[in-house]
Amino acid sequence: MASYSTSELRSGNKVMVDGDPCAVLDNEHVKPGKGQAFNRIKLRNLKSGRVWERTFKSGESLEAADVMDTDMEYLYTDGEFYHFMLTDGSFEQHGADENAVGDTVKWLKEQETYVVTLYNGAPLAVTPPNFIELEVTETDPGLKGDTANGGSKPATLSTGAIVRVPLFINIGEVLRIDTRTGEYVSRATGK
Amino acid sequence: MYQSELWQPTATLPTLKKRAEIFHQIRTFFYERDVLEVDTPCLSLGSISDPHIEVLTSQTRTLGQDVTYYLQTSPEYAMKRLLAAGAQSIYQLGKVFRAEEIGRRHGIEFTMLEWYRLDFDHWQLMNEIDDLLTLLTGAEVNSERLSYRRAFVRYLNVDPFTASLECLQQLSFDYTEYGLQETDRDTLLELLFATVIEPNIGTDEPCFIHSYPVTQAALARQQQEPDGHMSAARFELYWQGMELANGYYELTDPDEQAQRMAAEMAERAASGRAYRQKDERLISALEQGLPRCAGVALGVDRLLMLLLNHKHIDQVVPFGGAHA
Repeated sequence: MASYSTSELRSGNKVMVDGDPCAVLDNEHVKPGKGQAFNRIKLRNLKSGRVWERTFKSGESLEAADVMDTDMEYLYTDGEFYHFMLTDGSFEQHGADENAVGDTVKWLKEQETYVVTLYNGAPLAVTPPNFIELEVTETDPGLKGDTANGGSKPATLSTGAIVRVPLFINIGEVLRIDTRTGEYVSRATGK
Repeated sequence: MYQSELWQPTATLPTLKKRAEIFHQIRTFFYERDVLEVDTPCLSLGSISDPHIEVLTSQTRTLGQDVTYYLQTSPEYAMKRLLAAGAQSIYQLGKVFRAEEIGRRHGIEFTMLEWYRLDFDHWQLMNEIDDLLTLLTGAEVNSERLSYRRAFVRYLNVDPFTASLECLQQLSFDYTEYGLQETDRDTLLELLFATVIEPNIGTDEPCFIHSYPVTQAALARQQQEPDGHMSAARFELYWQGMELANGYYELTDPDEQAQRMAAEMAERAASGRAYRQKDERLISALEQGLPRCAGVALGVDRLLMLLLNHKHIDQVVPFGGAHA
């Protein structure tokens, strides 16, 4: 198994810490005037999402985590697993469980492409694209003429997500949403 | 690492002008105090025994022989050889080299100001450093003097000289999630110092930490504290999150120096670190007689960062990092 020296770790490296795969966010070199050097490493646990700092002796080695980010298309859910297919033409499919999908469940749309992080070949996390276009399935009737800045109202989207939208939005319209903030961006221009 | 487009300087020309002015002020300061400038070699056939400093080496051939030269990490050994040969107080302003990580406060090559004062102890030398800082900052500097022990009591509520190993392990773990398996007291103390104490000292006026545990004496002599415990007559200067200087009331006993050197060489060998030619010429010089003196090494680039308000060491040298 490959490994990294703690003094060489950089942002983006994936390593095993306490048996869990973690992504390195930052690595600060700590060198006392005389004496042992350390590396203070900021990590994100890829299983729990927890971000924390750990200190290691410089030069200590950490096992690399067998973690890979892949582009996959969402197919369907059977109630227990969410099924994805690699977009590289291999048609290889993977079933992700509720834990792996996490909050992304509210942005899951068939035929959309997601980043599925594989750990030892199994889905560990699913990351949505930054922007996604979804149809409004439920909201109060639009107010004619109110296209200027004004209030907002809740709207339920086809995936079940609820977002704040301007008052003029109607059921059946397709909206562009920023998945990182969960905020309405605009009406979709495409469809 | 080489990139052909990185030809431009990393410091602005006004910064380089300021750098030159500060070099001039430093030289004037010592000239007026009758301290002689020396320039010992950057390349030496012998090297230091310090287990935690890595050294750059250079290979050449001369007279049909392969020769390894070590780039100096500090001019300390050479300057002490000059003192043992009869030199009066001396200073050196020049480049030193360390094979260590490059970062915001670390360059592989940096400028060091090192000086030795005959008949000074470390307290007198601290006063002189305040004088130099007063000159360079243009404002009265009165650095805080805080013992290593009081610093630990103040910020960690623990006595570093008497705390049990288990106590230090737990404290270290609480702050860094490292330490429960660590059996070396100094490693734990150094980690706690760097993590908890360093960010809190020297935030306004600079701060001298002094009277270190004897196990962290490096090249300082030992001294007895009023309460009877022994400490090392060593100090470090911290200012605004940076370690600026390290000084000693110098060890002059050749036997103790030889013992420390042997112990450090053994520690290096045990931890699998590269062999370096031991420099016994320092011990020979001490046998000849090193006069009573105190010495200090000060990182000039870091001081310039503070004086000129720069966040990265590359901003105060002509060509830093990948521009070198």
